[in-house]
Amino acid sequence: MLGLRKVAGVITGAAMLATSAFGLSSAQAADDVIKVGVLHSLSGTMAISETTLKDAVLMMVDDLNKKGGLLGKKVEAVVVDPASDWPLFAEKARELIEVEKVDVVFGCWTSVSRKSVLPVFEELNSMLFYPVQYEGEESSRNVFYTGAAPNQQAIPAVEYLMSEEGGNVERWVLAGTDYVYPRTTNKILEAFLKSKGVAEEDIMINYTPFGHSDWQTIVSDIKKFGSEGKKTAVVSTINGDANVPFYKELGNQGIDAADIPVVAFSVGEEELAGLDTAPLVGHLAAWNYFMSMESEENDAFIKQWKAFIGDDKRVTNDPMEATYIGFKMWTQAVEQAGTTNVDAVRQAMYGQEVKNLTGGTAVMNTNHHLSKPVLIGEIQDDGQIETVWRTEDVVVGDAWSDFIPESAKLTADWTYPYVCGGCEKPMY
Amino acid sequence: MRITIKTIIAALLFLLATQASASADLADAAKGLLSKKYSDKIQATEAIAASGGARSAFLLETLLEGDLYAIKSDDRLVSRKKVNDGYQITDIITEENLGVVKSSDLSKIRINNKMRGLIKDLLGRLTLLNEDPALRLKAADSVFKSRPKEMIVPLGDALEAETDATVAAAMRRALAALNFVHGDTSEVQAEALLILEEQSNPEVKSLLSAEANRLAAIQNPSPENQALAKAVGDALAKVDEKLAMLGIVENVFQGISLGSVLLLAAIGLAITFGVMGVINMAHGEMVMIGAYTTYVVQELCRNFAPDLLVYSLVAAIPAAFIVSGLCGVAIERSIIRFLYGRPLETLLATWGLSLILQQFVRTIFGPTNKEVSSPDWLSGTWEITGGLALTYNRIAIIFFAAAVLLMLMLVLRKTAFGLQMRAVTQNRRMASSMGIRTGWVDAMTFGLGSGVAGMAGVALSQIDNVSPNLGQAYIVDSFMVVVFGGVGNLWGTLVGALSLGVTNKFLEPYTGAVLAKIFILVFIILFIQKRPRGLFALKGRAVEN
Repeated sequence: MLGLRKVAGVITGAAMLATSAFGLSSAQAADDVIKVGVLHSLSGTMAISETTLKDAVLMMVDDLNKKGGLLGKKVEAVVVDPASDWPLFAEKARELIEVEKVDVVFGCWTSVSRKSVLPVFEELNSMLFYPVQYEGEESSRNVFYTGAAPNQQAIPAVEYLMSEEGGNVERWVLAGTDYVYPRTTNKILEAFLKSKGVAEEDIMINYTPFGHSDWQTIVSDIKKFGSEGKKTAVVSTINGDANVPFYKELGNQGIDAADIPVVAFSVGEEELAGLDTAPLVGHLAAWNYFMSMESEENDAFIKQWKAFIGDDKRVTNDPMEATYIGFKMWTQAVEQAGTTNVDAVRQAMYGQEVKNLTGGTAVMNTNHHLSKPVLIGEIQDDGQIETVWRTEDVVVGDAWSDFIPESAKLTADWTYPYVCGGCEKPMY
Repeated sequence: MRITIKTIIAALLFLLATQASASADLADAAKGLLSKKYSDKIQATEAIAASGGARSAFLLETLLEGDLYAIKSDDRLVSRKKVNDGYQITDIITEENLGVVKSSDLSKIRINNKMRGLIKDLLGRLTLLNEDPALRLKAADSVFKSRPKEMIVPLGDALEAETDATVAAAMRRALAALNFVHGDTSEVQAEALLILEEQSNPEVKSLLSAEANRLAAIQNPSPENQALAKAVGDALAKVDEKLAMLGIVENVFQGISLGSVLLLAAIGLAITFGVMGVINMAHGEMVMIGAYTTYVVQELCRNFAPDLLVYSLVAAIPAAFIVSGLCGVAIERSIIRFLYGRPLETLLATWGLSLILQQFVRTIFGPTNKEVSSPDWLSGTWEITGGLALTYNRIAIIFFAAAVLLMLMLVLRKTAFGLQMRAVTQNRRMASSMGIRTGWVDAMTFGLGSGVAGMAGVALSQIDNVSPNLGQAYIVDSFMVVVFGGVGNLWGTLVGALSLGVTNKFLEPYTGAVLAKIFILVFIILFIQKRPRGLFALKGRAVEN
């Protein structure tokens, strides 16, 4: 019995020794790795969208290591799970930066999660790449926004619907989920529509709670609103899970895209994957990327993604492209700066160019937003979105909307002489 | 004799020649579809329709369905059909079979909304006299929407020949709209207006409002215009009145439909919480497991018995009951039975359990939504009159909820198990003394509640996301219904669910969805202050506590 205990003691001791030795070796190794933080919810409500982006970052880290790493070092992804809990995002961000000592973080989806980590990144002077379309009205020195600003998504979509080709829409339903992104976007759109001469009574604004599932009343209201003798369209900023029952109800109540088209800013290939899209053919989506775009880069990306995830049916979407562009830009900037030091990399980021998956080139501007093309597509019966219209040229992401009087005056520019995320006059 | 044969041959040759030239015209016209520009494609579409012939209607239909492709190498237009090792393609104009190719050899001819509208309109004109009444109805509706002047005469002819009452009504409406818009004399217009004001379609309202807007915009209107404006205004008021009536009917239906969804979600909880008194926060996850069972059953059907796919939902009902029920029994035996009489611990334990179950499902099935398709007999709408259409899946859910409630009542009232269950909840020690295995009854009761929740999952898979978060959305609503209706009473749950549903739907148009929810919550809080035991309080329990 005593002997047994002794043996156990020896084993424990050996194990402890081994752990400390291992710990030491990993501490030594830390100089030879570059750490990339991944801050996406893997559980809770947002897991549906964010898990995909976590996998996208892992795929690119994997790819980078296969090509020999970065600055001759191995790249390591540190994945944490903020569990769709906004305050937890800030805690996990601090953990990534202070404990794990990551050099850059890719993460966040909802605007509220971004707002909650913002002070952490600014206080600790770290770098976040935010890959989702958002409401604008922000430019932080420590964040690069690779998703669309309102002028790269919402405004072109509405302009398209107003055009001859889009159907000369005169009456508008702005439907959204009740939180900051739809509210700000709709404020911008309302101001834009009024500047184009649309009357107050031709705009209907409707908000619903997160995860709203009973759309009967709202869809029949839309039907009624559309029967006033003017061509009507719905601009949807409905987010996440609520879209599926919304589109099911549209299909069931027989709202045809030829009569009342719905253009959505939060519905991509991923959301459509859970839906029978046959009744939805012709409804629109506005993004900077569609999986159906034909280009060499896109084909390679889709192939790589399907192989990495091991599922031939998985789709790609716009926030994935934004993650891809952000990651590529960051690796190029690190190579150019020769270090992962945040200030040096930030300087190297400006003017950095990456080929879009849709053709053409994305450029990082000094307001921390990208220049990229805007695409309008129609939903097809196979769940894909086909481009029906695209901007001739790239559109420069605008941090402060020109259609909100208070923000029209502000400029975001992090280079001399402004050095500021929102000023009326240059700082220097 | 010889002359006749000659004539016949000549006639045949002529016919062939014209057909050949028609198909050549068609081929020429169709070339425009290959352009990248939508304006070219629209011109081509119009040219195709103008070239006439049965083939052009077929071509347009194929285009509308999105089944028209071009061969990449020689730009020939073909339709394709999936076969084992690729796609079987057929020339769209000559109907020539061109063999099997890979999907990468073809490029799809894309159309946009504007073209879709145009094609429907053109097809409508071509199919007014089709044999299929469904197609004729579609044609009449599309003529009604586009209102081309040149269709007045053909539509009148078609109406005279029409035998189907529904199609005839649609044609009469379309003709009235045409006469009203293009009518030369005020008599024709007035007559058309008489027909239009009897309608209850939103589209008719749309037409009349547009006309009213136009007349109102005229500066210094002539007496004729004034008279017309008045007539249009009166007709509009009549249509509006009908639409308002239908709106109320629709609202009630939607309220009942929401109520039946609430009832389905809450009815299992009425047993686990209402009868047993267990605060089961994992109730929503039982619903979610039921929905995932539906998905699995459907996938199995798809892979092993594609013919039975349309019945997969029916098969999923018992499957979901069994899977969720077994989960419930396992939960009761492993966790809840140790926590009876300790509501706070039960609450925390089941809440933790709900998180575990969610993550478990997420790990197995992935975080993305799963598609549970609706069979044909559940999609679409039942159009009662012009402005009132009820969706089939909602109607089905109402009946399903009623059936589940009825069956549960029967189980509780008419079976030995129901008797034992009621005995145990009313007086556990007495029941135990009478030889009832109370532990077993507890497990079965919890299993029954969970199984019913699983059946609710089958119904919810038709209207909501099948995702790991499905249950969370319904847990608060379920508790609200059970508490409001009166704990431990199924009738209370029914009345509670329906009244909350209808109230919500009548509030929503005035307050918006967000405020409506808040109002309902405030209302329930106030109500509970007045009647802590809900609408239908059980007397026995009240005495016991």
